[in-house]
Amino acid sequence: MPNTKTLVSFRGTPEQEAELRKFIEQTKDEPGSTMPIMQKAQEIYGYLPEEVQIIIAEATGVPLTEIYGIATFYAQFSLNPKGEIQVSVCLGTACYVKGSGDVLERVVKKLGCEAGSITADGRFSVDATRCVGACGLAPVMIVNGEVYGRIKPDEVDAILEKYM
Amino acid sequence: MNFARAHILVCGGTGCTSSKSPEIIAEFESRLKENGLADEIKVVQTGCFGLCALGPIVVVYPEGIYYCQVKVEDVEEIVREHMLKGRVVERLLYKESEEVSESLNDTDFYKKQTRIALRNCGVIDPENIDEYIAYDGYQALAKCLTEYTPQQVIDLVSASGLRGRGGAGFPTGRKWQFAAVEKGPVKYVCCNADEGDPGAFMDRSVLEGDPHSVLEAMTIAGYAIGSSQGYIYVRAEYPIAVQRLKKAVEQSREYGFLGKNIFDSGFDFDIDVRLGAGAFVCGEETALMTSIEGHRGEPRPRPPFPAVKGLFGVPTILNNVETYANIPWILVHGPEKFAEMGSGASKGTKVFALGGKIKNTGLVEIPMGTPLRQVIEDIGGGCPNGKKFKAAQTGGPSGGCIPASLIDTPLDYESMAAIGSIIGSGGLIVMDEDNCMVDIAKFFLEFPVDESCGKCSPCRIGTRRMLEILNKITSGQGTLEDIDTLEELCNHVKNNSLCGLGQTAPNPVLSTLRYFRDEYIAHVVDKKCPAGVCKALLNYSIDPEKCKGCTLCARNCPVGAITGSVRQPHEIDKSKCIKCGACIEKCKFDAIYKA
Ligand SMILES: Cc1cc2nc3c(=O)[nH]c(=O)nc-3n(C[C@H](O)[C@H](O)[C@H](O)COP(=O)(O)O)c2cc1C
Ligand code: SF4
Ligand code: SF4
Ligand code: FES
Repeated sequence: MPNTKTLVSFRGTPEQEAELRKFIEQTKDEPGSTMPIMQKAQEIYGYLPEEVQIIIAEATGVPLTEIYGIATFYAQFSLNPKGEIQVSVCLGTACYVKGSGDVLERVVKKLGCEAGSITADGRFSVDATRCVGACGLAPVMIVNGEVYGRIKPDEVDAILEKYM
Repeated sequence: MNFARAHILVCGGTGCTSSKSPEIIAEFESRLKENGLADEIKVVQTGCFGLCALGPIVVVYPEGIYYCQVKVEDVEEIVREHMLKGRVVERLLYKESEEVSESLNDTDFYKKQTRIALRNCGVIDPENIDEYIAYDGYQALAKCLTEYTPQQVIDLVSASGLRGRGGAGFPTGRKWQFAAVEKGPVKYVCCNADEGDPGAFMDRSVLEGDPHSVLEAMTIAGYAIGSSQGYIYVRAEYPIAVQRLKKAVEQSREYGFLGKNIFDSGFDFDIDVRLGAGAFVCGEETALMTSIEGHRGEPRPRPPFPAVKGLFGVPTILNNVETYANIPWILVHGPEKFAEMGSGASKGTKVFALGGKIKNTGLVEIPMGTPLRQVIEDIGGGCPNGKKFKAAQTGGPSGGCIPASLIDTPLDYESMAAIGSIIGSGGLIVMDEDNCMVDIAKFFLEFPVDESCGKCSPCRIGTRRMLEILNKITSGQGTLEDIDTLEELCNHVKNNSLCGLGQTAPNPVLSTLRYFRDEYIAHVVDKKCPAGVCKALLNYSIDPEKCKGCTLCARNCPVGAITGSVRQPHEIDKSKCIKCGACIEKCKFDAIYKA
């Protein structure tokens, strides 16, 4: 569960690498460009496995240990890919006081996959997020960008089944 | 510009976007075109109107008719009835209690507010710089650069009494003064748009609804302290805000409000937008700067303060989004006007993100010193479903709670500190009788536990030990000594942590202990959760009056805890029950309850 190790094999393409290297060339001399470069890499690959961290370290001259340190510090950087279907339940305060904890529990039970991880077949990943800014709709669950608001725990199964 | 006879304003804030406002805009455009009205009536995507609970919101001007919870299917009717025949679609109007309000200005929700920081949100199209300019935009900047010296600008800001809206409440003018007296040549102006409080979205709404006000204010700050470069550090989880900010920066450069020799004054200033990456501690000022520099966002000890040695080691000021949003207004209307609002040493207005168990979830901006009661009852409409108000939490994971008995406390810096809470950045979460305060304290503590950067041990280890004790209490294993140990630990973590995250992490626990100690005691002595939230302390029972003996629950219980014969009341063996809740869901007669 901790975001410190990559568990799946790497399948990056030469095109992806070329795109990343081009971006690094353009930005590496600006002050404080490490974060934007890593954000770009995450955008290109969807996650930051060791192979990608090595490319960044080598092309920027920043030590790999530091790149790894940054990748594991920030919640937005993931060392593992997300599922084809990404389910997130908001655990922001407004959602929590309206029972989003119970909603998350149902999602976890239905998919058999803890928050912050991915199902064995790689189909679903589950995340508990902070306020997504739709507090008016609390409690909120998001499936692949589709927002489900004012949701009750017993509606969870039916929603997820649509994606199964 | 074409003159339109009517404008249809559709909220494009994150809340309404989640409930399909972009589709609504597209539908309006195509329906208007179909009816040959595309030239007469303009559809405008605005920022947040504030009443998020009733989104998506559509406002039709010139009348100011206010439609709520509009669905894509409703658009055809609005165009056919309202736009073509001039007949308001009654069924979509906002209903405050029994009365139907046609115009948003008639509602209690808006009447009791004073909108300064949010002045343009929901009024202008945030992606169009001309609309900002039409509403006095960039006037303050022009005035500063052409009429005032940098010192005069600082004096005006000081005279307004404005204090930082990001949490700490430090006087903004004084902060600028500190940086202004430092030697350059390089200094930076930063904007904290990391909005870490998990239930708050004031800053996001300003960025989404009025991004130019922040850019204008940062440029003014740059002039005042002698800086030519600004950075906005914005949460990556706010994609709409990021996109609008970037667009605003481009437009502002095009118009010459950013760049070289602004207003021919010889003053240069530019702004770069930097994205955060999801670390709460990066809202802390020194951590934020470390993060912009491209490192793990760990705080640095202060002093040296950022005004002396900040970003990249040079003098830097950092202000919050809402703080900046007030600046152009102050300079256009005069500092006295601003200082007239508020109470005591808390001047002006404050925006709160009202959420939780409250009818009108959304953003409210009120003069400082407004009693909490007015916000909860008049503006917020009270708790839904006739439930009783129990407490409000301000300041998120760094703040505290205000119990119902103190509902008349004025919302200003001093009064809040006196009762052990803070104004904070503006999260205001309402809780009713169904919320367990121990559970809430635990919820807030999970934040610092997850988000502690790990640099110092009181915070890294102390908060974890506190959480373990709270878990023990909510699972029915706690003792009275645990409560004392918890309190002791709180004080230790508060006094010995390096940065604000650790120093304030115990606040939610301390303040719930202060006002709801009896609830903690009920958990450890009676092994009961009075609000019925903590699962381990609930027992499932069957009401023999209601039970029809259908056997459905017994067949569904995974551990065989339910016994009884057909058409006879069933019973649950508490020693076997694992509290899974399966039986409650299956029972068609509502006969099973937990208490
Ligand atoms: C853990 C922690 C998190 C913070 N998060 C924020 C935040 O999200 N937004 C913000 O404006 N200030 C935040 N602050 C306060 C900032 O450190 C700083 O005081 C503020 O941005 C200064 O701007 P102001 O004077 O305009 O309020 C946080 C402080 C701490 C200790
Ligand atoms: S108090 Fe916590 S977040 Fe702050 S420096 Fe110490 S460990 Fe890091
Ligand atoms: S809560 Fe679960 S274990 Fe307990 S009686 Fe009901 S079904 Fe059985
Ligand atoms: S707390 Fe869930 S959307 Fe804000």
